[in-house]
Amino acid sequence: MITTAPTVASIIAARKAAGHGTFVAYLPVGFPDLATSIDAAVALAENGADILELGVPYSDPVMDGLVIQQATQHALAQGFRLRDVFTAVEAIRARVDIPVLVMTYWNPVMQYGVDRFADALVSAGGSGLITPDITPDSAADWIATSDRTGLDRVFLAAPTSTDARLAQTVQATRGFVYAVSTMGITGLRIDVDAAARTLVSRLEKAGSEINCVGIGISNADQVHQVLQYADGAIVGTALVKALADGGIDKLAQTAAALASGTSLD
Amino acid sequence: MTALRNEQGPYFGEYGGRYMPESLIAAIDEITAAYEASKSDPVFRDELAELHRTYTGRPSIITEVPRFAEHAGGARIILKREDLNHTGSHKINNVLGQALLTKRLGKTRIIAETGAGQHGVATATAAALFGLECTIFMGEVDTQRQALNVARMRLLGAEVVSVTTGSRTLKDAINEAYREWVTSVETTNYVFGTAAGPHPFPAMVRDFQKIIGEEARQQVLELTGQLPDAVVACVGGGSNAIGIFHAFLDDPGVRLFGFEAAGDGVDTDRHAASIERGRPGVLHGARSYLLQDEDGQTIESHSISAGLDYPGVGPEHAWLSDIGRATYLPATDTEAMEALRLLSRTEGIIPAIESAHALAGAMRLGHELGPDAVILVNLSGRGDKDVATAGRWFDLFDEGARQE
Repeated sequence: MITTAPTVASIIAARKAAGHGTFVAYLPVGFPDLATSIDAAVALAENGADILELGVPYSDPVMDGLVIQQATQHALAQGFRLRDVFTAVEAIRARVDIPVLVMTYWNPVMQYGVDRFADALVSAGGSGLITPDITPDSAADWIATSDRTGLDRVFLAAPTSTDARLAQTVQATRGFVYAVSTMGITGLRIDVDAAARTLVSRLEKAGSEINCVGIGISNADQVHQVLQYADGAIVGTALVKALADGGIDKLAQTAAALASGTSLD
Repeated sequence: MTALRNEQGPYFGEYGGRYMPESLIAAIDEITAAYEASKSDPVFRDELAELHRTYTGRPSIITEVPRFAEHAGGARIILKREDLNHTGSHKINNVLGQALLTKRLGKTRIIAETGAGQHGVATATAAALFGLECTIFMGEVDTQRQALNVARMRLLGAEVVSVTTGSRTLKDAINEAYREWVTSVETTNYVFGTAAGPHPFPAMVRDFQKIIGEEARQQVLELTGQLPDAVVACVGGGSNAIGIFHAFLDDPGVRLFGFEAAGDGVDTDRHAASIERGRPGVLHGARSYLLQDEDGQTIESHSISAGLDYPGVGPEHAWLSDIGRATYLPATDTEAMEALRLLSRTEGIIPAIESAHALAGAMRLGHELGPDAVILVNLSGRGDKDVATAGRWFDLFDEGARQE
């Protein structure tokens, strides 16, 4: 029996109370295969990740850089099916008590049926969705469904978003606002943009209470730096690369190293 | 009843919209505003009209093709000669409009996707004309089968990026262009090539292409004293088709036919017939008919014609199909290539393989509609770029011969 997961918001609040920022860790389902991706997600949780972001492999991932594209293309070539997401969430939640958000491009959800997808995610013990290629003004059905099911809905905010759009995004979001650190796609960067700090401060002015920064964060120093002004740091590419290069052992080491950046002292 | 010609998006019935990452919304809003402002700006209109007249060579002529029509049931067949435009296809009509908008936005660089290379060549041409930097994204499969156009773009000063991810064709070129746009949006405008993608592209590209139908409607009236019974175009994303259809949308006596690429046949798994065999979904920012599997993963399309090798279709076509205003039918690789050879031999006009799908459709319609029918066909591009493909298809090369 899967117990109800602690909510994303409550985990972030608890971490903050303990003098830490939150480490949000991404991996795609089905890479390098379904079973290993489940073990890998569990390894993240056991090595300092506070929230999991499980990516859904998709044929046309316009917001992803080459490392994640190659991993998700591999998963698709191996026969990934959408239903594997629910299998993975359920298996992970049975082993570790951590909130699991699913990061998905929109068409697969639309084809599965927004309500049907949401109900299956709730049954599996998932916490909500991160939707990189739709914005609140194009997401009326998802907003209605997430209100019905209580799932979190994480929308993205960009440095180029106007104040009016930031306000709309803050209003529509539940869980945290995903602040895109820089104008670009997922991937490693030497400097996490100063734009991220400005964006988080603008989000706060727009009334946002919880902000996590993603894109380009790849080491503990960057995690530490981001957590000076944001509630959470989201890491994807560095973890996918570790898993691809050195399997679960390397992934666990990388996650533990990244987690060492979360202390706010 | 509202005129069908008045539809401005973002939705055409239940199709269209703007399903895009937040990172690109500001840029899309900026283009939308510039485009809306340009509509009522006589300076913009005059500047574009002058370019059409002195650079593109508009108005393009119409040509009646009686020797070809003998093979099409004897109906009168009239070609709208977009193949005679500078750069060899209808693509230049849209590119010049969007390049002028780029200048108004104060941006210094344009990027574009291309399938057959015609939109890429047109964009590289406009970049040279306006002194803009230019990068073109093209799937690796297409850079090989349209190698001549790659060289043309480079000759014009553009950088051509060969896209090696996904199916390595047009859809992946669009993905890569979006990724590049997110990264460089402050200096760069994305000149989208077809009447698909997020709003405002379907409406804007259509508006820059609708000159085709406006000219042709008048020209056919002058030549024949009547409107055509049928208007025929090939449909990939659908920009040349919506361009020639638009002027006729509110003429109920004029039937509109779009021919999708059927590749090896719509009952095989190698075709690009999105309306015929797809179902509604979201790809590249718009809801429309889409070739996809049960899970919503895009299925790779196949066509001998790189310009039609796309698993989606513009949202206005999806809507026109649903309401029954236009009819969309498939034409196979073989039918298109036979029509290409026939037009070449009977009329001395070598069409693009894309446009040959429309010719194949016209041959079929001619037999159905009979000798009294007047059929207007959009000859959207010329076949120079396709000579190597045709040479292989028809075995026209001497063994061992190489052009050095």
